[in-house]
Amino acid sequence: MNSNNKYNFNITFYLLVVPVLIWLIFMIVIPHAELLISSFQVEDDMGDMVFSFANYIEFFSQQIYWLTFVKTATYSIAVTLLAFIVAFPIAFYLTKVTSKKNASFLILLLLIPLWVGELVTVYGWMVLLGDNGVINHFLMTTGIINDPLNMLYTDFSMIIGLLYMSVLFMVIPIMSTLHSLDDSLIEAACDLGASKWVIFTRIIIPYSMPGIISGSIIVFMLVIGDYLAPNLLGGKHSLWFTEQIYNNFLTTFNWNEGAAFGFLLLLLSSGIIWLALKLSGQKLDKVGS
Amino acid sequence: MIRSLPNSSFYRIAYGAYVFLFFSFLVMPLLAISVLAFNDSNFISLPWNGFTLDWFFSATDDRQGLFADEELLASIVTSLSTGFFVAVLSTLVGTFAALLFEEEEFQLKGLLYFLALAPLVIPGVILGISILLTATAAGNHIENTFALDVELFRPSYWLVVLGQFSFAATYVMLLVSARLKKFDRTLEEAALSLKATRLEAIWYVTIPFLRPAIIGAFVVAFILSFSNINTTIFLIGSDPTLPIDLYSRIRFSSTPVLNAVSFLIVLTISGLAIINFFANRSKD
Repeated sequence: MNSNNKYNFNITFYLLVVPVLIWLIFMIVIPHAELLISSFQVEDDMGDMVFSFANYIEFFSQQIYWLTFVKTATYSIAVTLLAFIVAFPIAFYLTKVTSKKNASFLILLLLIPLWVGELVTVYGWMVLLGDNGVINHFLMTTGIINDPLNMLYTDFSMIIGLLYMSVLFMVIPIMSTLHSLDDSLIEAACDLGASKWVIFTRIIIPYSMPGIISGSIIVFMLVIGDYLAPNLLGGKHSLWFTEQIYNNFLTTFNWNEGAAFGFLLLLLSSGIIWLALKLSGQKLDKVGS
Repeated sequence: MIRSLPNSSFYRIAYGAYVFLFFSFLVMPLLAISVLAFNDSNFISLPWNGFTLDWFFSATDDRQGLFADEELLASIVTSLSTGFFVAVLSTLVGTFAALLFEEEEFQLKGLLYFLALAPLVIPGVILGISILLTATAAGNHIENTFALDVELFRPSYWLVVLGQFSFAATYVMLLVSARLKKFDRTLEEAALSLKATRLEAIWYVTIPFLRPAIIGAFVVAFILSFSNINTTIFLIGSDPTLPIDLYSRIRFSSTPVLNAVSFLIVLTISGLAIINFFANRSKD
């Protein structure tokens, strides 16, 4: 390698690293540092910003805030579990049961709601579940019920919405691990007399664990940080923590308290993701792929 | 259980029914909004009163169709142009990041890679408020020191572009990296031994190999931008993007024009998906 070539290597390296550094420092590192700093500031009587724990003390002293926090965390874990239960048979069907041709069509169908965007699909569920909605209309015209079911603006509709927007992110990673599962393992187990349940719990589930972990992390993160489904489908009593943050920023303009809440949400989500990675021995970069 | 093994008919039927139910669950909301976009009624609900295109073309006071609604059309234009700039910016930086992390060795690589992946696990809300706080602090600082009012540092069009770029670049990086992993590095080395500079080797050898992934990533970044609301809502200035406009309409003044817009989105996306489907099939 002559010196001229070495010089070129450096040029390329700097050409690549400078834009990436600008992106990461100015759009990721500094904003989150600012979030942390803001969360420890309050305005004093003179209108100056001073250091204080008041925003965090507010969170722990107001029952409504930490109850919302706990509810958001438990519901997010529950929706993640639900997504796994719903998604696993589908992922298995698409990779191992149906023909390749059917599968590629169904995968297309699976991806459309994702690309259409959450707002449109949440709106679709409002149209379906409302008191005058499509489902109530069908149930009443067929005479199954006389009065409309109250489905919209309940925890039920909120969970439907959260599940709908996140379930795909459970299906895809599980599919990609199942793709590499050799069918002959299942055939061998079957020949040796293993029941479906044994094959499922002893071969298929352990094999697809990396996909399940990736899927769970992405679903959990999407659900805990979601705003549209709780806000539009959950109604006034949905008590989702992101709504507190939105209120602080866009309604009451208490940005410092909002920053503290935002930081708590970040701690909660990264804490649970970290725990999931530790317990499963998986790396963050596997989640992305 | 799998293709090659026999199953009881009960198992097959039950499994098939479950899969059918699941896909009905997926399609139902999209179908409902699409059908109601053509219902001759002022309310977004059944019964079916007959077919109409009023919610697309009518310009009367009580029925303002999509193509007569200037506010809505303006927000569509805003979203399209925002999406374009976000896609350009994040495709560039995301591709640089992919090349950097796949092909270069340097100090702190692990830390930088971790930061580049962070937007995957940071809720969009957090990204939105962090960038808002930082931009505002920077804007106030500049205003106090230089008595200058820089629009970029207030909620505005370009702040939305930057905010959406901050996470879209991560997705571009992952898509391009996935293709780069399949790249035969000896091709680049061959170019280098034929006296190409490193930059020439990347430009003439690596980039053409990556082109399908880069185009795909551009489309993904565009769609991420076009549908984003969690981050955008904090950064928006005087001109709302389409999702923000639709969101405030859903909350305050719904008419079936919402269905008309939604229908067009569903139609466009399905069209793109089908084109992509057949393009991939003809390749196989």
